[in-house]
Amino acid sequence: MIGIKSAQDVSSLVQEAVDRHGATLESLVPILSDINRDLGYLPSEAMAELARTLKVPKSQLFSVASFYEMLSTKPRGRHVIQFCESAPCHVVGGRDVWQTLQDELGLESGESSEDGKWTLLTSSCLGICGVGPVIIIDDDIYGNVAPERVPEILARYA
Amino acid sequence: MKPIRSMVLVSSDPESISRGAQEVLRRLQREVEANDLADEIVVSTVSDVGRHDALPMVIVYPEAVIYGPVTAEDVPFLVEEHLVEGRVAAGLQASTKELSGRIAWLSARRGTLPAEQRIVLSRAGLIDPEDIEEYIIHDGYQALAKALTQMTPADVINEIGKSGLKGRGGAGFPTGMKWRFVSQTDAYPKYIICNADESEPGTFKDRLILEGDPHSIIEAMVIAGYAVGANEGYIYIRGEYALAQERLAKAIEQARQMGFLGENIFGSDFAFDIHTHTGAGAYICGEETALIESIEGKRGEPRSRPPYPTTHGLWGKPSVVNNVETIANVPPIIQNGAAWYRRFGTSNSPGTKVYTILGNVNVTGLIEVPMGITLREVIAIYGKGMKNGGTLKLAQTGGSSGSIIPASLQDTPMDFDSFARAGVSLGSGALLICNEDTCVVDLARVLLNFFRHESCGKCTPCRVGNQRAYRILTAISEGVGTQRDLEDLKMLSQNLTEFSHCGLGQTAAVPIHDMFKHFSAEVDAHVQLKVCPAGACPMSGQLAKAA
Repeated sequence: MIGIKSAQDVSSLVQEAVDRHGATLESLVPILSDINRDLGYLPSEAMAELARTLKVPKSQLFSVASFYEMLSTKPRGRHVIQFCESAPCHVVGGRDVWQTLQDELGLESGESSEDGKWTLLTSSCLGICGVGPVIIIDDDIYGNVAPERVPEILARYA
Repeated sequence: MKPIRSMVLVSSDPESISRGAQEVLRRLQREVEANDLADEIVVSTVSDVGRHDALPMVIVYPEAVIYGPVTAEDVPFLVEEHLVEGRVAAGLQASTKELSGRIAWLSARRGTLPAEQRIVLSRAGLIDPEDIEEYIIHDGYQALAKALTQMTPADVINEIGKSGLKGRGGAGFPTGMKWRFVSQTDAYPKYIICNADESEPGTFKDRLILEGDPHSIIEAMVIAGYAVGANEGYIYIRGEYALAQERLAKAIEQARQMGFLGENIFGSDFAFDIHTHTGAGAYICGEETALIESIEGKRGEPRSRPPYPTTHGLWGKPSVVNNVETIANVPPIIQNGAAWYRRFGTSNSPGTKVYTILGNVNVTGLIEVPMGITLREVIAIYGKGMKNGGTLKLAQTGGSSGSIIPASLQDTPMDFDSFARAGVSLGSGALLICNEDTCVVDLARVLLNFFRHESCGKCTPCRVGNQRAYRILTAISEGVGTQRDLEDLKMLSQNLTEFSHCGLGQTAAVPIHDMFKHFSAEVDAHVQLKVCPAGACPMSGQLAKAA
């Protein structure tokens, strides 16, 4: 989990994102994406700040934020694991990889570990199907993942 | 231009980068420098070349020798052997068995062998996508010059119409007709939108075009803008495609500097500029009206159609929405003419189609071939046969929204019309090849899991129907399905088709429909005998918490 930021920090992060993309509704998704990237999720304080800046109801921001998979209104772990559960990865052995991931982490889909290290998510196709089964940890892509490789991959993250 | 002896290319797709391609590239540059070869050898990057078994790869031209997987530590040896001594660096080649085939494949892209036919991917993997000059050297921006200086907007639309180009995103709508609709409206402004929200499972053709040849999309969009009278374009890129976003942003900047975007393009009075808009993870945003909602900063929920985007699109203005692969065909058609384009493919489906080959075959990857090739040919020639000598049971086309094609249809030509006659759909070009170990119930369950997850929730048939269908399929695969479940499933599938608001719900029914149509005996075995003939389903009433 990203360290708790002061209200001041959150506010300036929101302002920076707005300045970067422009204070229009058209820029809403890019602004939310930037805040989500910087803070790891979209905390309520950031949404309130953004609602004031863009002069739109906070409920509207939550409506948009909760629609998109890459935006999270809940805190996530330091490392986010996405496992592709679509058919191309499934038919080449994805199911066993998924079982191993769950066993190794003791987590089910959508859960975060208590120590705040991991969030485990299933994902629809990630577009790297030539090398399935595929998992993505943060921004790192792993293809041709076999169950045996899972512990070694996880060990790379502190 | 100074004479260059060799060109050394390092693969730079995301998978290669995650396996250390950047280090290999830097080390190569240092070694070439250290050996005093910088004047005669160019070190550059290529995008995905459609081969994934030996990444990162280093390809040396003109010999077209492919090394891989290459580590930074391998580089000094490779440079010494191949670039200094002039012989193949022993032991580093990507499996030699494959190599002759690959050289043929690479040569074919220069038009010397009738293997693949590359139109939209003609430069991907051959040029440095981050260098506009390489694009220009390879005939880039010539079609735009021709359109702006020698053709009227009506000429451009006529040429695209005559070429018979149809949408490659899945629906197959004639592109020329779409452009004509927009050109005929009086409203202004108009918009050109390139749909790069590729998220159909198994499909990554648009990513390779964007990563490997981003300028072709820019050029195509400017031509489209000229044709219909739009001065602004949007590229909606999938949020997960970070490398494509980066390359496109660079390409747009370079195009602005060179004057291919901006005011007075090629000295004409035509102006055009392009914005990129990054998605945030929602399959439904590939649906054109949902995509438009998303650009406007809303939830990506589809609008009612009609009115269509051609009259009421972005901010209610006329908009052309074209898929990446579709629009990438535009510059070659304008440059070479509709008659040239019609030489490829079939009379009703001219041109080529990019397919991704996945699943239980020996070689997975990406090909661009004329319309009308058969599945049997694809598996034998490009997939190099079934993996471990297996037998083809079915292929699933076009991601989740395609059809399940039984082996009996493997000799049907893959073009829009032949497939429609056979009652199947080409979809977006993914070919998921499945062997006898694949259970059709399990496959349908995974596909429905996708749809229940990606349904936007706006309309009830799709929101509830997909959940119900998924649960029933799960029950069947656990060996607790009943005859009543089968009846319910058929009814759900019919409701999805008839009452869903948009294409997502309508196509969600396809796997269920195809399952009953082609594999009813297998489904019955699950329900009546509690047996999974393929041995893939758990059948114990205890499904692993699998995807």
